Amino acid sequence: MTMSKSPAEIFGYSFPDIRETQLLIVGGGPAGLSAALQALKLGLKVTLVESGLELGGQLVKQTHKFFGSSLERAGTRGFRIAQELIKELTPFKGSGQLEVYLSTTAIAVYPERIVLLSQLSGKVFPIKPKAMIIATGAQERMLPFPNNDLPGIYGAGGIQTLMNQYGVKPGKRALIVGAGNIGLIVAYQLLQAGVEVIAILEAMDRIGGWWVHAAKVRRYGVPILLKHTISRAIGKEKVEGAVIAEITPDGLKDKYQVECDLIGISVGLTPTVDLLRQANVKMKYVAFMGGFVPLRDREMRTSQSWIWVAGDSAGIEEASTAMIEGQIASTSVAKWLGYISEEEAKREIDQLWARLGYLREAEVSSKVRKGLEEVLVTWGG
Amino acid sequence: MSKLSNLIPPDEQVSFWSGVLDPESNLDLISVPPEDLWREKRAGLVVIECPQEIPCNPCHTSCPTGAIKVEPLTAIPKVNYDLCTGCTICVSKCPGLACFVIDKTPADYSIVKLPYEMYPVPKVGEVVDCLDRTGKPVVEGEVLNVTEPSRDGTKVIWVKVPKGFEMTVRAIKVKGGE
Ligand SMILES: Cc1cc2nc3c(=O)[nH]c(=O)nc-3n(C[C@H](O)[C@H](O)[C@H](O)COP(=O)(O)OP(=O)(O)OC[C@H]3O[C@@H](n4cnc5c(N)ncnc54)[C@H](O)[C@@H]3O)c2cc1C
Ligand code: SF4
Ligand code: SF4
Repeated sequence: MTMSKSPAEIFGYSFPDIRETQLLIVGGGPAGLSAALQALKLGLKVTLVESGLELGGQLVKQTHKFFGSSLERAGTRGFRIAQELIKELTPFKGSGQLEVYLSTTAIAVYPERIVLLSQLSGKVFPIKPKAMIIATGAQERMLPFPNNDLPGIYGAGGIQTLMNQYGVKPGKRALIVGAGNIGLIVAYQLLQAGVEVIAILEAMDRIGGWWVHAAKVRRYGVPILLKHTISRAIGKEKVEGAVIAEITPDGLKDKYQVECDLIGISVGLTPTVDLLRQANVKMKYVAFMGGFVPLRDREMRTSQSWIWVAGDSAGIEEASTAMIEGQIASTSVAKWLGYISEEEAKREIDQLWARLGYLREAEVSSKVRKGLEEVLVTWGG
Repeated sequence: MSKLSNLIPPDEQVSFWSGVLDPESNLDLISVPPEDLWREKRAGLVVIECPQEIPCNPCHTSCPTGAIKVEPLTAIPKVNYDLCTGCTICVSKCPGLACFVIDKTPADYSIVKLPYEMYPVPKVGEVVDCLDRTGKPVVEGEVLNVTEPSRDGTKVIWVKVPKGFEMTVRAIKVKGGE
């Protein structure tokens, strides 16, 4: 849906006192948090809004130690990285330079740089930033199969939320569909929670996630079935089992029937781009990046000159790269608003790109590199 | 109901691209100490099973002696075994749980020092099941020590294994639990 009308036209009145801010950051995951930190260090006034009850995004669910370079805090558990970032933000809250709204969702973007915020309490109010960074992260894809609506079937992220945020054991015997990093990590976390994982199914002829993550679950006896998928779930009131099928050149061939009370689907993420669409930002479908993603220049600026993007909402990648993209976006905003010079900004952004390059060098990042070729542009003028 | 892992043909269970190293044919992909140094080195030497180029380097940055190099960030770790002291810091720091320290110096057994993040944590002196890379119990072993080198929740379990099991045992399971 595109909002081409102003709020006044839509609601029949204009908002009396619109709060103004220099930089509005939507999303408090690693991308949004490090964007905020960078902007604050450069002297900007920042408003950070986050739908969730706490800051941290995907990080708060990650109990495992992160990969990446130690410069981007690898080797540290995900939720601790979130805690560290939040701690660094605290001094700026006291000084009034930073305002944080939790349980607050940005629900609409209007042409004259007005963004509508909706709070859990029911309050809805507009805010008018000079610049905005969208760091809304990603959503899980669902997989169509018979009975996929039975209770006990979750996205892998949902399982993580239950276990790692709310401390709930989600089941006794789990089947995981998808052997990307998320599926592999969730399987490992289920084992840690004392849940039996009967198998991980992978449609391709090799795991999609990193080999070491697979080895971690294999050595606890979890089989990974390559070229297999779920053909249907079994159960009346809730999941009681599943039929596993082999993927053959002639189609699916049912092979095993298993008992389980939990099925975790992890067949990929897709960027959360609703706000970008509303703002009429130029987008492109790039399978390698998870779906529709915004075109952006080297400074993470979109086709709307006041909107920047960072993290998974710019293309599915990693927390490490999300944090750097957040810093790049804020540096560019600071330049635009005159807080640092062209040269300073260029130097900083060049350095940040060097770190991105370093992180993206590996063979496992070749898809990201290909995807970037399709969306990286130079805006005229 | 029979366990699914019992139904799957064995050759389908051991495949590199499902995360299982074949210690026969995949040896060149991992870091294994030279045998003569290994037999002599008290406290043991590191074995690293990290055969894929990924952007990751905590093994390198955590090693206090500079024995591990990951350069560039996406390279496969390389070990200078003259520098490795067997301190197990990398064992606890590696997010892929891909580092193991193996001490071959005792005369009639060896010690595998492996990362452990499960419950329950075994006690020193307890006899546990030793698992291979597919989770199959292959032998029993006594726990000689339980440490937490980086004090971050990842334990390092020292388990006694018979000679010949050094390159087979990669996990443990506390008995009695299911
Ligand atoms: C199981 C798993 C393991 C991972 N392991 C690693 C790893 O080892 N190393 C690594 O580098 N990365 C890892 N990642 C990836 C990493 O977590 C993500 O790439 C990273 O969190 C992306 O950061 P982000 O800030 O773009 O998005 P997110 O972390 O998703 O944060 C987005 C935030 O925006 C909020 N939001 C969305 N829409 C709105 C709105 N309209 N208004 C207000 N707020 C909104 C959301 O509530 C959320 O908090 C892993 C991910 C998963 C799921
Ligand atoms: S065991 Fe210690 S010395 Fe040897 S590689 Fe690991 S961290 Fe370095
Ligand atoms: S820390 Fe572990 S997973 Fe990362 S490169 Fe080193 S050995 Fe591989």
